Amino acid sequence: MRLQRRWVGVATTLALAAACAASAQASATPAFDELLQLLAARRHGHVTFTEVQQLAMLDRPLKSSGELLYDAPDRLEKRTLKPKARTLVLEHGVLTARRGQRSYLMELREYPQVAPFVESIRATLAGDRAALERLFRVQFDGTLAHWTLLLVPLDTTLAGAVTDIRIEGERDVIRTVQIRHSDGDRSLLTLGPEIPP
Amino acid sequence: MTRPGAAGLIWALLVIIAAAIVARATYTADLSAFLPRSPSATQRLLIEQLRTGPAARLILVALEGADARTRARLSVQLARQLRSDPRFIAVNNGDAASLERDREFLFRHRYLLSATVTPQRFTVTGLHAAIADSLDLLASPEGALVKPLFTRDPTGETLTILEALGPGPGPRTSEGVWSSRDGARALLIAQTRAAGSDIDAQQAACQAIRRAFAASLATIPAAERRGTALLMSGPPVFAVASRALIKGEVMRLSGLSAALTALLLLCVYRSPPALLLTLVPIASGALAGIAAVALGFDAVHGITLGFGITLIGEAVDYSIYLFIQGAAHWRHSVWPTIRLGVLTSICGFAALLPSAFPGLAQLGLYSVTGLVAAALVTRFVLPGWVPRTLAIRDLSAPGERLARAVQKLRGVRSALVLAPLLAGAALYVHRGTLWNRELSALNPIPAADQALDEQLRAQAGAPDVRYLIVASAPDRESALAAAQTLGARLTPLVAQGVLGGFESPARFLPPLAVQRTRRASLPAAAELSARLQQALAGLPLSATRLQPFLLDVERARTAPALTSADLEGTSLAAAAEGLLARSAGGWSALLPVSAVASADLSGSAVARVRAALAQERSVHAALLDLKDETDRLYSGYLSEAVKLAVAGFGAIMLLLWVALRSLVRVARVVAPLALSVLVVAGLLVALGERLTILHVVGMLLIVAVGSNYALFFDRSSARPRSGSVPLTLASLLVANIATVLTFGVLACSRLPVLADLGSTVAPGTLLALLFSALLARPPAPPDAAPGAS
Repeated sequence: MRLQRRWVGVATTLALAAACAASAQASATPAFDELLQLLAARRHGHVTFTEVQQLAMLDRPLKSSGELLYDAPDRLEKRTLKPKARTLVLEHGVLTARRGQRSYLMELREYPQVAPFVESIRATLAGDRAALERLFRVQFDGTLAHWTLLLVPLDTTLAGAVTDIRIEGERDVIRTVQIRHSDGDRSLLTLGPEIPP
Repeated sequence: MTRPGAAGLIWALLVIIAAAIVARATYTADLSAFLPRSPSATQRLLIEQLRTGPAARLILVALEGADARTRARLSVQLARQLRSDPRFIAVNNGDAASLERDREFLFRHRYLLSATVTPQRFTVTGLHAAIADSLDLLASPEGALVKPLFTRDPTGETLTILEALGPGPGPRTSEGVWSSRDGARALLIAQTRAAGSDIDAQQAACQAIRRAFAASLATIPAAERRGTALLMSGPPVFAVASRALIKGEVMRLSGLSAALTALLLLCVYRSPPALLLTLVPIASGALAGIAAVALGFDAVHGITLGFGITLIGEAVDYSIYLFIQGAAHWRHSVWPTIRLGVLTSICGFAALLPSAFPGLAQLGLYSVTGLVAAALVTRFVLPGWVPRTLAIRDLSAPGERLARAVQKLRGVRSALVLAPLLAGAALYVHRGTLWNRELSALNPIPAADQALDEQLRAQAGAPDVRYLIVASAPDRESALAAAQTLGARLTPLVAQGVLGGFESPARFLPPLAVQRTRRASLPAAAELSARLQQALAGLPLSATRLQPFLLDVERARTAPALTSADLEGTSLAAAAEGLLARSAGGWSALLPVSAVASADLSGSAVARVRAALAQERSVHAALLDLKDETDRLYSGYLSEAVKLAVAGFGAIMLLLWVALRSLVRVARVVAPLALSVLVVAGLLVALGERLTILHVVGMLLIVAVGSNYALFFDRSSARPRSGSVPLTLASLLVANIATVLTFGVLACSRLPVLADLGSTVAPGTLLALLFSALLARPPAPPDAAPGAS
């Protein structure tokens, strides 16, 4: 009887291990799953942001600020207020950019160079593991209280544009998004406190 | 005996001449049968578009089956093969390589192509504003697209060009090539070099695509290519298919008609020699008809040969009357009646001669000549050839039975009053939808293929060009200049949302004057460098970073003008070359115009475009609505056909009055014909058919053929001793069955033109015989036995 139970225990452990290995690539920790569930539970977000971009060809960084709005699961709006007003809306995979009177549409799937910039944030906010793993190799670090996601693009042809994206957060809130380009350029997006509705 | 001999000699000579003409004639099966003979200015533009326009040279290709990766490999292979084939100007499949070539072209020539290249743009303030804008864009996610270009193009000219092109409802990309929205098909668009009207060349192009597909398929392992299929659509494919269809149908139907008629006559005559003799006038008539059309027109249309089957239906009647009613009565009794019948038929068909619709005019000439020839051969040649020993089955007995049956039926002829009432009611109920005024009513392409075409067009983002601005100019360069000028007028309309967009050859190939102005806007190197220093004040950028920009501008300043040779190898070549066409009076530039969202321009949008064109006095341009124009063309044919048919009917009445010299007798002949036409029209409409031009022609044919029947009844009642009533009845019935058989075969055709004709004439002539029999005055008393007149 005892022997039998032990065997069952070992078998279960093995099966579990195999399942975990199969389902997760590099982030088999339960905290990551928990994080994704937590993020997915959040339906709406509205925060301020500041962004600093360091481009090698520029003498000083470009700074901008504005508001970021999110509605689960696939609407993300970046409203830049300074230095110039412009809006960028990602909805159902279509990116609409509005500058002044003009607006431009692009289907994200047709612009793989642009996709990592917006999908990284949207998929993280949505807790959409499948979407993340479609574009990136995902590495989770830290704890639920303070976590880091390192996203490395899978598409090697795009590696020229984005080296990696590091998203840091606390529980269901993203704090910073840091993007490193292969040419050494960097950008840092810092999200501020929630704006009450 | 000398006369028949002489007639036979003349006949043989004419047959040889006609055969020679027929052998040397050209035959077509293209659109020409449907295009007006003496077009108006707008119609000429339309015809040019239909024959040689860019839309007429577009082949849509879809690859189905297997998986997306295999389809993409096939697409790349296929495109590579077709691009090296001189039969195609351009082959687009959205693959990275060709996209890259296009981008490279636009980037390299940006200072000649961008509309924002003006002197103002290169002042200190202009440069400052443009560079600040670009920096702004650089900071956004789309910045990833412009960043690699920034140091060479800090004023964002490439983006200006791309914006002018619009996002375009271009196809989706899957595995690196164009695919349908659902991702189940890979898509390619090929533009042929040959004009759309050159069907031989289009057929060769279609075959080249099929061969290239087969060759591409062979490079892929059998397991991976499972279920792959090639779909093709577009005007060239349709033109080739219609030609094959017309050819096949004409061969099949005339063969079937001839076989059925021969079978019928063999059953009736029970004499193979009589059957052979019957074929002589028919064959002579057909030969004469084709020869006449070959002489009267540039080319004999395949459709005309299809109509030619109708000749079998009527020409066979003459010899039937000869054989059944007997040679004894032939010259004095039967022939005069036939002669009048032939004359009435000629009146009917001759009415078609002046038609602007070449298809109808050819039909008219063919039939008039064919009938005259058949009748003359029956009258002068055939009797001399009939051997004395020729014995055909005696039809007196069945004829007697027929006469008694007719007698019985006459008892209930008062019920005939109902026929016009019912037919009239049907016509009245459907009066709103009586006519089909769209040319598509005559389109031989099956609805399923048309639906596939529509689907592929939507998926490929290559909507059917419906609105087209045609600007004419004496030479190529001024045509480009006209396109440029009109583009400036149309751009505000796009901005105001009146138009969805437009295409112009000047976009990729600006006129030389514009290129000169743009080049003159670029400052010399030293000057630009100095201005750039000042312009960068306050921007996070130093001029040393923008050395590539200075170099590129200097290169553009000294580069030679852009010519169509520079476009070669890009997919833009099709857009530029296809929109420039040599026309009768010089050159024309074509600017396809698209509506916002839907495919149709509103009336007010059309008016505003026309107003904008009218304002531009320096350019001779017109907005062409291809669908509207073709429908108007057809609608014109339709009302013309109605008028001609009425005129033909009038001519027949006049002829009958001259021949019969009695209004009552004319009325007795005409009444059953008019009644048949009315009832057939009522029947067709009641069955949900909408009447087309061919129905109208069919009604004219009912009168032409039916008049023969009515005249024989008239003869029987007016001159009771002119021949055997039972034999006359029998011959009429046999003649009618032959007619119904031939036209019944036509009614089964897959070509709408032939089917419409058949479905009108087959029931119409049957009714004409029936009504003629019922409405004729009682025949001579039975004691008026058959005898010499």
